Amino acid sequence: MNKIIEKIVLSKDVKQYIVECSAIAQKALAGQFVVIRICETGERIPLTIADSDKAEGTITLIVQEVGKTTRQMGFLEVGDSILDIAGPLGTPSEIEHFGTVVMIGGGIGIAPLYPITKAMKAAGNKVISIIGARCADLLFYQDLMAAQSDMIIETTDDGTCGRQGFVTDALSELIESGERIDRVVAIGPAIMMKMVAETTRPHGIPTIASLNSIMVDGTGMCGACRVEVGGETKFACVDGPDFDAHAVNFDLLIQRLAMYLPEEKIADEHFCRCSSAKEGEKNA
Amino acid sequence: MPKVAPKKTPMPEQSAEVRKKNFDEVPLGYSEDMAVAEAERCLQCKNKPCVAGCPVEIDIPAFIKKIAERDFEASIRIMKEKNLLPAVCGRVCPQEEQCEKVCVLANKFEPVGIGRLERFIADWEAGHMTAEVPELPLATGKKVAVVGSGPAGLIVAGDLVQMGHSATIFEALHEPGGVLVYGIPEFRLPKEIVFREVDYLKKLGVEVITNFVVGRTRTVDELLEEFDAVFLGTGAGLPWFMFVPGENSMGVYSANEYLTRSNLMKAYKFPEYDTPIAKGKRVATVGGGNVAMDAARTALRLGADESIVIYRRSREEMPARDEEIERAEEEGVKFQFLTNPVAYHADGNGWVTDVECIRMELGAPDASGRRRPVEIPDSNFKTPIDTVVVAIGNSPNPLIAQTTPGLKTTRWGTVEADPETGRTSKKGVFAGGDIVTGAATVILAMGAARLSARSIDEYLKTGTW
Ligand SMILES: Cc1cc2nc3c(=O)[nH]c(=O)nc-3n(C[C@H](O)[C@H](O)[C@H](O)COP(=O)(O)OP(=O)(O)OC[C@H]3O[C@@H](n4cnc5c(N)ncnc54)[C@H](O)[C@@H]3O)c2cc1C
Ligand SMILES: Cc1cc2nc3c(=O)[nH]c(=O)nc-3n(C[C@H](O)[C@H](O)[C@H](O)COP(=O)(O)OP(=O)(O)OC[C@H]3O[C@@H](n4cnc5c(N)ncnc54)[C@H](O)[C@@H]3O)c2cc1C
Ligand code: SF4
Ligand code: SF4
Ligand code: FES
Repeated sequence: MNKIIEKIVLSKDVKQYIVECSAIAQKALAGQFVVIRICETGERIPLTIADSDKAEGTITLIVQEVGKTTRQMGFLEVGDSILDIAGPLGTPSEIEHFGTVVMIGGGIGIAPLYPITKAMKAAGNKVISIIGARCADLLFYQDLMAAQSDMIIETTDDGTCGRQGFVTDALSELIESGERIDRVVAIGPAIMMKMVAETTRPHGIPTIASLNSIMVDGTGMCGACRVEVGGETKFACVDGPDFDAHAVNFDLLIQRLAMYLPEEKIADEHFCRCSSAKEGEKNA
Repeated sequence: MPKVAPKKTPMPEQSAEVRKKNFDEVPLGYSEDMAVAEAERCLQCKNKPCVAGCPVEIDIPAFIKKIAERDFEASIRIMKEKNLLPAVCGRVCPQEEQCEKVCVLANKFEPVGIGRLERFIADWEAGHMTAEVPELPLATGKKVAVVGSGPAGLIVAGDLVQMGHSATIFEALHEPGGVLVYGIPEFRLPKEIVFREVDYLKKLGVEVITNFVVGRTRTVDELLEEFDAVFLGTGAGLPWFMFVPGENSMGVYSANEYLTRSNLMKAYKFPEYDTPIAKGKRVATVGGGNVAMDAARTALRLGADESIVIYRRSREEMPARDEEIERAEEEGVKFQFLTNPVAYHADGNGWVTDVECIRMELGAPDASGRRRPVEIPDSNFKTPIDTVVVAIGNSPNPLIAQTTPGLKTTRWGTVEADPETGRTSKKGVFAGGDIVTGAATVILAMGAARLSARSIDEYLKTGTW
């Protein structure tokens, strides 16, 4: 169970895994995620189901290595297993024929954006995608996204690929060009989603953000994932992760994401690479 | 009354000074001689009043008699006829409200230490015998899905396999045991004990599937396609908040999160274990139940200089067990009664720095019979703290109710089930434990599970609903 059957390096620090996980593959819908634990001493972390294949019984996970657990994941190879995978969790994204939807992905946010883009396309929408990253090295899934989009715009902060600037610059231009936009979906760093929300707010364009708050169980049991939406406390893992971006308190989200910064540094330093792969094998 | 020692044989325990710095179990258990001495206090009453005080009707004088005779094997056998989890119940049952409350000795002296003896005999078994697997009846071919692996789920599954049915437990978390593993701390209930009990059930033939979230991985209706009946024992796992300003500041936890990080994820062993937890120096816990006591005592063990319990009524109304309150006091937990948080204040980074409380006074009794706390106007005051644990209660997680058409719930979010049979409004679906009663006790969950197992068996045989 939970065996890795394919591993691909997508970009610097971003890897894609195809994992045998039939029970979850049968039920996964766009916008849902899993919670994984790599080994006995490991942390539970949420990862979006970037794709799933019912017939093969597999799910696709795309991981950006940002700290101890994601780095440890990077050491897992084909044939290794992930100790625990629970899911599919979260409320699936709202997929309808809205008209024209703009799908915006920043950095690792492109991974969770992909299945929603696919579903939006299948629902008959005109799909315009804007994907961006700090530099060309960090961009991935351009071809897959292009295949699901009527138009795709790539941006990099440093101009090493596509249009130089932020995804919001491209979005502003699109809005100014007079393109009729019925819905925007934004997934990426909290600050990016906040900027997108501010860009669309004056135009009254319905905008959805997928919130990446810190989670433990992912089933509504702990409240670690608390976010404020429209002045009310919500649990991102069950009430979301998708919310009306115009109602989200992004400043609180940004603050809460920094809650364990000192501990994360310690954990990363303490990380002993030898234990990781071994644990995975033992539990295969 | 024959001559009998007025007090319970004392049980050795770690001193408060030592134990508040470690996560090891506090009481150390009886030696054989101590257990025999305590067992000899029992009068072996003919009418057995104590048995009526036990929700699972353990034959208390009988198991105690065998301890007095040093026939420990026989004693554990009597125990296991009614209680599959004696090592757990002996430790966490509110005995003073149940079996020991109605012990005749309690009229004049301290009651017989029934819980202590129960714990002794269970630990003795673990140390001396490999728990034998009883001969199981011929397989009936009927399959039952048990949702949740807390005390309710474990007992239903154990009972069902012993009736010849197959039982598969589906658990959302990565570890079975429910509150016994994620909520109740190691220093009150070593996890080793829970794992031992789960292993025993597996030996009996119970299948345990973890990381399976019913309502998401599969719905109850989907389980009903594969199984002849479904038992819901998913507990009351949704934490309540007060929704006061600042409650989402960093450093403010629900008790569920705080205890889950510490117990299930072993954050107290960070960085050996990866999961972090705020090791606050001044920790406030809001609430007055067992959960609050567990959180406040955990805070001390994580290194707090001060651990304060904020409770809106007075000590008399506290729902926590006396024993737990006393232990907390001995360890240095401070109590701030008749106060209630109205806001949390945070620093520029968003980390909590103060709790603002209002003073309360007790008014007329409310529905629960306890006097209702009323705010005293303009009595607000601030206390500096750096971590908060909100332990004001839990209700059932709505996930199952939301994904199961035809399952009736009450306005408190609990599932409607017949208390005698565990039958819900949906054919083939039974429920018991905290999901039906709201947050209650281990032994009540087990009692409800036992009744459900009986009526599931009947349903499987007759097919009538
Ligand atoms: C619903 C959801 C879906 C996600 N999908 C993906 C995905 O598909 N691919 C991907 O690479 N990342 C995804 N993330 C983020 C991913 O969970 C974090 O990057 C990961 O937990 C970091 O763990 P770490 O130990 O490697 O790093 P750490 O050093 O522990 O943390 C790095 C940063 O990640 C965040 N983080 C830490 N712990 C958690 C936690 N338990 N839960 C959530 N965030 C945390 C914090 O902001 C922290 O500063 C998702 C997050 C959520 C909430
Ligand atoms: C901190 C704390 C201290 C306590 N102290 C005491 C004490 O000293 N004495 C005492 O008698 N009682 C105590 N209690 C109460 C007692 O633990 C509970 O009453 C008891 O555990 C209820 O048992 P249960 O089987 O109904 O549910 P739980 O023990 O809550 O177990 C439910 C299980 O179901 C799982 N689950 C939930 N939803 C799903 C789903 N959708 N799919 C699959 N699985 C799911 C959960 O993960 C959990 O493992 C305490 C409770 C807490 C929180
Ligand atoms: S199970 Fe609980 S109530 Fe029953 S005898 Fe044991 S300690 Fe007493
Ligand atoms: S009531 Fe007390 S003394 Fe009497 S049999 Fe029960 S435990 Fe023994
Ligand atoms: S992660 Fe625990 S409630 Fe959302």
